[in-house]
Amino acid sequence: MSDTVTELHGCAVSDSCGQEVIHPTREQYLDLVKALADDGYTICVDLCGVDYLHHLDRPLPDGVAPERFEVVVNLLDIGNRRRTRVRVQVPESDPVVASLFDLHPGTEAPERETYDMFGIEFTDHPDLTRILMPEDWIGHPLRKDYAIGRIPVQFKETSN
Amino acid sequence: MATTEEHLADENYAVFIPNTHEGNQLLKPRSETKAKELMREVGSVLRMSEAEAAQLGDLPDDPEDDQTMIINMGPQHPSTHGVLRLMLELQGEQVLRCKPIIGYLHTGMEKTAESLTYMQGGTNVTRMDYLSPFNNELAFSMATEQLLGITGDIPERATWIRMLMVEMNRIASHLLFMATNGMDLGAVSMMIYGWREREEVLRFFQEVTGLRMNHNYIRPGGVAADLPAGWRDGVQNLLDMLPPRLDEYDILMTGQPIWRERLQGVGVITPSEALALGATGPIVRSTGVEWDLRRDMPYLEYDKLDFDVIVGSYGDAFDRYAIRLAEIRESMKLVQQIIDLMPEGDYRIQDKKVTPPPRARIDESMEALIHHFKIFTEGFKVPEGEVYVGIESPRGELGCYIASDGSPTPYRMHMRDASFTNIQCLPHMMRGGLVADAVAVISSVDPVLGGVDR
Repeated sequence: MSDTVTELHGCAVSDSCGQEVIHPTREQYLDLVKALADDGYTICVDLCGVDYLHHLDRPLPDGVAPERFEVVVNLLDIGNRRRTRVRVQVPESDPVVASLFDLHPGTEAPERETYDMFGIEFTDHPDLTRILMPEDWIGHPLRKDYAIGRIPVQFKETSN
Repeated sequence: MATTEEHLADENYAVFIPNTHEGNQLLKPRSETKAKELMREVGSVLRMSEAEAAQLGDLPDDPEDDQTMIINMGPQHPSTHGVLRLMLELQGEQVLRCKPIIGYLHTGMEKTAESLTYMQGGTNVTRMDYLSPFNNELAFSMATEQLLGITGDIPERATWIRMLMVEMNRIASHLLFMATNGMDLGAVSMMIYGWREREEVLRFFQEVTGLRMNHNYIRPGGVAADLPAGWRDGVQNLLDMLPPRLDEYDILMTGQPIWRERLQGVGVITPSEALALGATGPIVRSTGVEWDLRRDMPYLEYDKLDFDVIVGSYGDAFDRYAIRLAEIRESMKLVQQIIDLMPEGDYRIQDKKVTPPPRARIDESMEALIHHFKIFTEGFKVPEGEVYVGIESPRGELGCYIASDGSPTPYRMHMRDASFTNIQCLPHMMRGGLVADAVAVISSVDPVLGGVDR
């Protein structure tokens, strides 16, 4: 990137391997994605969560306070053939973010997956249930404090 | 049942729940489903908030719940392409609502990736979308290379070998689509032909990588081995063999009235809906949107090759079938060019940090042995950062997001698989169709459940 933009729609912008990353706060998040959609980023390609429990000192631009969770959204602008990435910090004490469902209906499944794997809740999501794990599963598997674990053996050879 | 507290006290959370039920995943009655979700299925107002939709006041005047029947299709249904389960709400033979339920093949690969080094990561990702293993490896390798900052140093031959393999993979994957699509609609001979042709492609893969699937051939820094002697003949034989057989498919399927009757106008989706739902690949192209990452955001050396992006116009199942058939021909065109342009040289980067020493050196030099041992046990450290790389797999955009904390294993690896988002189009495509059409729709989306559940 030739022009080093440090701010966009009031959010800090950083650069990662030559890719543009925007860091909104949770309050700015929905408005930012709306503004980006007006800029042409009309497709939400991907949404996922990251748990930075063991890596809280990761590099972030000034003014962005690191939190345990992050929601990462990849947006695509097919008119101008460019991508951007949005990273929202989500505190452990209150893991709630706004849902992008109204803007990008395609985030329905990825948001459910993030909820399932990290326990991050999305307000206004039409159907926030587990998607990959059984409904009554305890815990959120992709969290860093969730051990890999195992399922006990169910069937064994007979004793004789 | 133990209480939650007891579960949490359990050290490794390994809880086996004896009576797992399907509670929340059931298709709920309309009275309990949010209007937003209902609107989405109607699809006409995809980009409206609930309030706006309520103002319109035209929630679909669907029948009462007691007029409809909810049936379950899958997860072991032969035409759901694996373990996809669909809850269908039917009125008579018409599908009103559909809820795809996934997770039956959830393998925890993203969790597994966090404990594998970048060197071993390929073996893991190659099993995700098991019909396009090379594409998965390519996305993962490209993401790793970006983090390492060695993207520009990859030898040319490695890049071209990657392109050759990825395009061959696209041919194999689409041939299997032809086979399954035929089978789902009752054209059993098509299934046999499809598998037969795919076998020939897999035979070539086996010559090069030693395996027919799950190759772990494309690795960070290049490819695992050079192409074997005589590979050109193998590819050329394939290219000579395929065109007449594709013409046979045309005779058997494309022009055939029954086939067209079953596919035309089935599972229609408009461009704006497809884009809103995040669909990529043949699905979005069938609606007339020209979007192909190979052309629009070139990676590898695709900008040096000449190929067309195939676009449909109606967004129905027939378009998706025709696009894939045409894409096989386009990929053959690409492979032909790659054979002619294949440069000589190294097949992997000579950066000692990433590439283990050649086998012959290990017998001669202790340093090489130690180095080899280190790379395969500890792996190589990857600088801190995060990166997203998207490529065009046979099913759409395959993205790999890696966050690294400077250790030899990815701190977090996420795969954006095209099938996962494409499956969301199902409720919308099926609405108003027949159950028999539902099968055609699933088949035309071509989901691979290994990629969906990861």
